[in-house]
Amino acid sequence: MSISSDAPTGPSSPKSSRKELPDVGNPAADKIFSGISLAAGILILVVLAAVAIFLVAQALPVFTADSEDLSQGSFLKYIYPLVIGTLIASAIALLLATPVGIGVALYISHYAPKKISQAVGYVIDLLAAIPSVIFGAWGASVLAPKIVPFYDWLATYFGFIPIFEGPASQTGKTILTAGIVLGIMILPIITAMCREIFVQTPLLQQEAALGLGATRWEMIRMTVFPFARTGIVSSVMLALGRALGETMAVTLVLASGPLTASLIKSGNQTFASEIALNFPEAYGIRMSELIAAGLVLFVITLVVNVIARMITSRYKEFSGAN
Amino acid sequence: MSKRIDVENLNVYYGDFLAVEDVNMTIDARSVTAFIGPSGCGKSTFLRTLNRMHEVIDGAYAKGKVLLDGEDLYGRGVDPVKVRSQIGMVFQRPNPFPTMSIRENVLAGVKLNNRKISKSDADELVESSLRGANLWNEVKDRLDKPGSGLSGGQQQRLCIARSIAVKPDVILMDEPCSALDPISTLAVEDLINELKEEYTVVIVTHNMQQAARVSDKTAFFNIAGTGKPGKLIEYAPTQEIFNNPKEKATEDYVSGRFG
Repeated sequence: MSISSDAPTGPSSPKSSRKELPDVGNPAADKIFSGISLAAGILILVVLAAVAIFLVAQALPVFTADSEDLSQGSFLKYIYPLVIGTLIASAIALLLATPVGIGVALYISHYAPKKISQAVGYVIDLLAAIPSVIFGAWGASVLAPKIVPFYDWLATYFGFIPIFEGPASQTGKTILTAGIVLGIMILPIITAMCREIFVQTPLLQQEAALGLGATRWEMIRMTVFPFARTGIVSSVMLALGRALGETMAVTLVLASGPLTASLIKSGNQTFASEIALNFPEAYGIRMSELIAAGLVLFVITLVVNVIARMITSRYKEFSGAN
Repeated sequence: MSKRIDVENLNVYYGDFLAVEDVNMTIDARSVTAFIGPSGCGKSTFLRTLNRMHEVIDGAYAKGKVLLDGEDLYGRGVDPVKVRSQIGMVFQRPNPFPTMSIRENVLAGVKLNNRKISKSDADELVESSLRGANLWNEVKDRLDKPGSGLSGGQQQRLCIARSIAVKPDVILMDEPCSALDPISTLAVEDLINELKEEYTVVIVTHNMQQAARVSDKTAFFNIAGTGKPGKLIEYAPTQEIFNNPKEKATEDYVSGRFG
């Protein structure tokens, strides 16, 4: 350090700042940013709470109403076919879309040549952007009529199983068709998320498996799947969220009706479709009933998410995060 | 158990780029052979061609012969998967499988290809492999804990235990100590000295002292400049490479004049 001369060295004399640390960055900006991100976090909770409060408040009259005012005599009687119908449609969608989605994601991330994988990935993203009403229209006008012979075949040969009991619907507008359309709709969600996670599997781990003499499939089972387990569950849950709440496609594809065990007869109904179909003409207690149905759907979605969290946290110790 | 490797006229390419040019060498069984040389000289690439791990990299391929006790690893119909189960590999960074326990990590290679192993055999193998890797005493009470909870040096020895559990003929090590502290490095070096009783060990290292300490023979690789292929400059007993090298480039490198 040189001895400072008396002559001023410039407008900002170094004398004053010499003893302190230089002013790097901007603490005010830091505070503002942390405030903004905190506000964003709180906003999500507020919205969630507001939705819950709205649903509960609007649904309350149903639970105190006289039984003759309700459409089915009791709310439980009204709600349980919807619960079952919604869960069946979503389950069919997940059963179809999960293995295919994971398979396509694996093909893109680990099997396809680079050029093809980019093209396929792009197409999958496009599929995700198609509005649900288009899927619904396609399902109702193309898929449903075409699939009738298959349902007839199922009814003939597997009719002894209650879920394939005939006679099959001759319009094809059944809960199974709705499930298939939902499956196609959620496929890109699962594929896109899984692909993102699969490609992040550490190369070093993949090489460790290959170096031990693993085939490519064994390498995927040893490293990619364990690494991606949490992500796969998340993607499936996100897809399930969409399937549970999907309105337009189901409304167009499904000829709704009372609860039946058979998947290939017309009948059954889902929450979202039930609400959408009846909401415009509902008032008073009927309106509350529909909103209460919405509340039940909301709770189901929450429960599904909690279960998913529990599944993924069970593997925390072995996640590699330690 | 331990086998000899003969490399004949091996050229390694990344696409159009010739990465390693015309290597000929014989690696003796039950010995430690070190590859040294400046970064980018192709020693790691060449090491990977010894168990066909270079094929994992897009566009990489090798021409020439690598004979394991006379059997060509690049022969027609030879399955790279089988090659890799005979020639194990330890990597630059410790890479135990994070979702597996210590015990499962050791058995990972053994359980491949749907092979079944009884519990008592598995217990025995876990103990002998971990003992072989000088790790048994440190982990015997926590075999069911995740392997990723160990220290870096322990993890690397776990990786070595994992490779010797499949009873390979050769163990390749690609800078196995580059991510370890000096004490862990010493533990791994001691282990390498023991491993050569039973295995053929080939090690790539940036650390010339390490090469001098652990190896019987040393190969020096060099590169004429960026974009030029790496070449094997000199291959001789370690003492000779470090004390009395024939090539000027080797002498410059081992005396610290470059690299």
